[in-house]
Order: sequence, then C-alpha cells, then structure tokens
Amino acid sequence: MPQILVQDLVKTFRVAEREPGALGAVRGLLRRRHRAVEALKGVSFSLERGELLGFIGPNGAGKSTTIKILSGILTPDAGRVEVDGLVPWKDRQKHVGRIGVVFGQRTQLWWDLPVIDGFDLLAAIYRVEPAAYRERRDELVALLRLESLLHQPVRQLSLGQRMRAEIASALLHSPSILFLDEPTIGLDAPAKLAVRGFVKRLNKEHGVTVLLTTHDMHDIEALAERVIVIGHGRVLADSPFEDLRTNVLAERRLFVDFEGEAPELVIPGVVVRARAGRSVELAFDPATVPTPALIARIAADHPVQDIHIEEPAIEEVIARFYEQHGAGEA
Amino acid sequence: MSARARPYTAALAARFQLTLQYRAAALAGFATQLWWGGLKVMIYAAFFASAPAAAARAPISLADTITYTWIAQAFLVLQPWWADPEVGQAVRTGGVGYDRLRPVDTYGFWYARALAWMLARVAPRAVLMAATAAVIVPLLGLHEWSWRPPAGLAAGLAFVVSLGLAALLSAAIIMLLNVLVAATLNERGVNTLAMPVTILFSGNIIPLALYPEAFQPWLLAQPFAGVLDIPCRIYFGGLAGDGIWLGLGLQAFWTVTFVLIGRAALSRVMARLQVQGG
Repeated sequence: MPQILVQDLVKTFRVAEREPGALGAVRGLLRRRHRAVEALKGVSFSLERGELLGFIGPNGAGKSTTIKILSGILTPDAGRVEVDGLVPWKDRQKHVGRIGVVFGQRTQLWWDLPVIDGFDLLAAIYRVEPAAYRERRDELVALLRLESLLHQPVRQLSLGQRMRAEIASALLHSPSILFLDEPTIGLDAPAKLAVRGFVKRLNKEHGVTVLLTTHDMHDIEALAERVIVIGHGRVLADSPFEDLRTNVLAERRLFVDFEGEAPELVIPGVVVRARAGRSVELAFDPATVPTPALIARIAADHPVQDIHIEEPAIEEVIARFYEQHGAGEA
Repeated sequence: MSARARPYTAALAARFQLTLQYRAAALAGFATQLWWGGLKVMIYAAFFASAPAAAARAPISLADTITYTWIAQAFLVLQPWWADPEVGQAVRTGGVGYDRLRPVDTYGFWYARALAWMLARVAPRAVLMAATAAVIVPLLGLHEWSWRPPAGLAAGLAFVVSLGLAALLSAAIIMLLNVLVAATLNERGVNTLAMPVTILFSGNIIPLALYPEAFQPWLLAQPFAGVLDIPCRIYFGGLAGDGIWLGLGLQAFWTVTFVLIGRAALSRVMARLQVQGG
C-alpha cells in the first residue's frame, strides 16, 4: 500500500469574468459571467514511503492545485486521495498534523515576530511536547544554520534566510511527509544549494517522503529520482528523470570553429542551428548520426580549429516536451 | 492547561502581546475617544438642562447618561464593527491556506485570535479612560461630568461578568464578519455595513433606554444590546435582581447562536475555498 495514493483527481475552479472597459464593469454588476477552469482532469499517481518525487509543468498546469488537495486545503470535485490511510479534506485536522508544507511564495511565519517566537507558537499549535520540541528545534537550527537569525523579526530576513526558516518551521512537528511548492523560487545560487542539500539529506537520512514542485530544472536534476510532468491538468509522464531526458530529447549539439569562414554544411540528419563568422552550431541525433563519424567527416572536409559537444539544457528538454504534448502555459 | 486547548491559548496570547505593542495607536485612540466623550457629555448636559420637565421623566438620569457615555468610550473597541484585519489579509494573500494546514479547528483558531486582538486594544484604552473620567475629572472639580461608581457591589460584580460576555459576544459577531470576508474576499464592504448597525444598536450613539418606549423590548432583545447596553444597564441598576439574569442570559444566548451560525457558515465557505496561483 503506497503512502500517497491519488486516483482520477478532478478539480474545476469557477473564475469570474468581466468584459473590458467601464461598460463591461456595469454589465458585470447586473449579470456575472463565470468561466469554468479545469485545473485537474483526472490526475493519478502513487508514492511509496521515503520517495522523493519532483513535480514539473508549466504555470497553470495543476501542480499547486494537486499539492493543495493533498495537503487538505482544497476539496476536489472528484477522485480519490489517501495519505497514510486518511482522506486529506475529510480528516483534515488529523492529516495536517502529520505533514509539513512549504509554499515558496507565501510565508507561514509571523512577519513581526522573531523567528524563535514563531517556532514556539507553531510548536504550541501542533501540540509538540516541550522537550521534544526543543530537541527538534535545535537540530533544525543547526542543520539549516539559523542560529544568528533566531532573534530577528521575520520581516528583516533575506529571502534565502527566510526560506530556510520556513522549511524549519514546516518540520518542527516531525512530519513524515513534506510538500514543497516551489521552495527555491527567487533564491540565489548558494541559497538554492543549501535548500537542495537539506531536502536531500532529510529524504535520505530521515526517510521523509518529499513531493516538490519547481520550475528550476536543476532542483529536479539534483533531487528527484522520479519526475511527474503535468500539463493541462493531466499527468503527461511519470518516470525516472534520466528516462525522461533520454526519451524526450536524444539530441546533441556540436559546436565547430573553423580556421576560415565557416562553410555551408549539408549533411543528412544534421541541422545547422546557427552560423556566424567562423563558427557553426549543429544539432543531430547520435542514434542516426554517430558522433565520431560526424566529427571525422567535418574535420576531413574543412580545416577545423576547435570542436566541442553539448547536451541541450534541461530547460529545453522540458520546453520541448511541453510542446510535443501541447502543454504550453495554460 | 489541557493539551487540546494549547493551540488556541497560544494563538490568543501571541496575538494579545503583538497587538499590545501598538502604543501610539492606543494613545491616539484614547485621545480621540476622550475628546468625543467630552463633547457628548456636554451635549447631553445641555440637552437635559434645556427641558427640565422632560428630563425629570427621562428613563435614565443625566448622571447615568454621562457615565454610560464614558463606559461606551472606554470600551469603544469592544464594538464588533470591523472584521479581523488578519483574516482579510490572509484571504487576500492566500495565507488562509496556511491556516487550513494547522491541526486545529479553524473557527476556534480565528475566534481566539479575534478575541485577543480586541482585548489587547480595549485594555489600554479602558484603563486610561477610567483613570481620566473616574479619577482626574472629579479631581478637577467637574464631578457632575464624571464616570460615577456602579449602583452597588452586586451591580459592579455583575457588570464585570456582563462585560466578559460582551467580549465573547463581540468576538462571535466579528467571526460572522470574518466569514463574510472569507466568502466575499473583500473586507471593506463588510466593514462599511457593520459599522453603522453596530454603533446604533449597541447603544454607542445614544443609550438604548432613550429611544421611544414602544421599541424598548425589541431593543433589549436584539443581539447588539449585549455588546454595550446590557452591561451599562446592569451597572446603573436598570437591570437588577432577576433583570441581571435576563441580561446575562440574552448575552449568552446570542453568543451561542452566533458561534453556531458562524461555525456552520465557515465550514461551508472552507469547503468551496479556492486558493489560486502560486
């Protein structure tokens, strides 16, 4: 029995619409128009205890809606969800005591309270025993390097500092599941690394099940063994990250610098992506055009100064994937 | 303190302390309420003096009307005329999602916070107003314009109980406003509607006893009387003996009724909650 089970989840939002301009506003007073937005159209997946799953998809794909349903905030229109045997929106109070949630774009700490006072308050709200709380808090403070921030009001923290404090505050009650909704949004590189390192450790050493959504492919690459791609309210792919990369885009890029003006290359199976001065950028599929053969052929025909090969960036892999599935931004 | 109640008492204590920090707001509020109270006292004095025959037959005396005015000013922020701004903000920013992530009853959680928010604003203003109107004003020789003591010891004690019930009732009414804010996603409209109704029917503008005789039973029975008018009537002895029990009973009845309505309404609103974006 998986720890998290999601079957055929459906959620539709009603969005009020208004015609543009002053006349539209007046008409809106008399007759409201609503448009149904199908955020989820039958999402299914399951998660075993201790897994680390990455959720990716364009804006509006349904990632956050799924997390909000799984965490008991929203009630779906149809479908089945069980988390540790509980239905989140029915057994909300019991369920939320066992999970930790971080929304990267919101804060759960009190703006005007020092960090430590916010922790104390959360411990009381989650009814954590005082001794267990102090032990847990000190552990998290050490792991997330929060010592120097504890007595500062939350409003004075930088975004990176705040996100570390947010993550600590979601874990004070020792949940066995952690939902992270865009935890690295807006963070600089060192802060992102700190967050990733901590999440990975939490998952590996403490066995906490983690489900995270992100737009940052490096988060996924660094963390998730398994990835679900969601688009237009459906699961488009559910596979190990490496499979996704191999299946979706086996393309390689070859960058060649010639000794003179770059020649017009016409090679079957090879696309010239850019040509400027002495340089060209070629795209090819190594399955049909073997890389050594291609290099040998170019070097034989033209005087070459330098050659190097790259894999396309993962951002591109994903963008391509969205395109193939007609899952651009909704 | 039982473990079950711990989240609510902790939220109440934290909000009380946070709100109490706004000393400048408390002082400014007190100054305004003192000025306004003085103005009303002088108007009542002129009004009663202009028609001595009618004043003799008035349902409450000038002295009681003046004391009523000071009590009304001291406990002005006990009036449930605003939804809790934290709820408005949570609804606008989506922070309401985090409220739903806590393993607590959302109604109780919000109620405790609203009560703390109200009490922390009432406390400094009430102390300052009592010190001024009941101590300093008589010392200045303005005895007839001062806040007089209660009708007796029993009246004084019952007043304290009634004031406590007024706070619980007021928080229950604020919760109804909070639910409306959560349903409509807009606090301004709710506050605009709540303000005039509250200050009129609580007796804040004019003591309810001064309205026409025919309205009196209705005015006493309607819920807003419990916020100010019933405690005041108990203070003067207007409600004495069994009357005290009637007053306290009405306050308790409306509090329980509004809590039940508020709970049912909140769970409906939360079931169709939409937290978008992010």
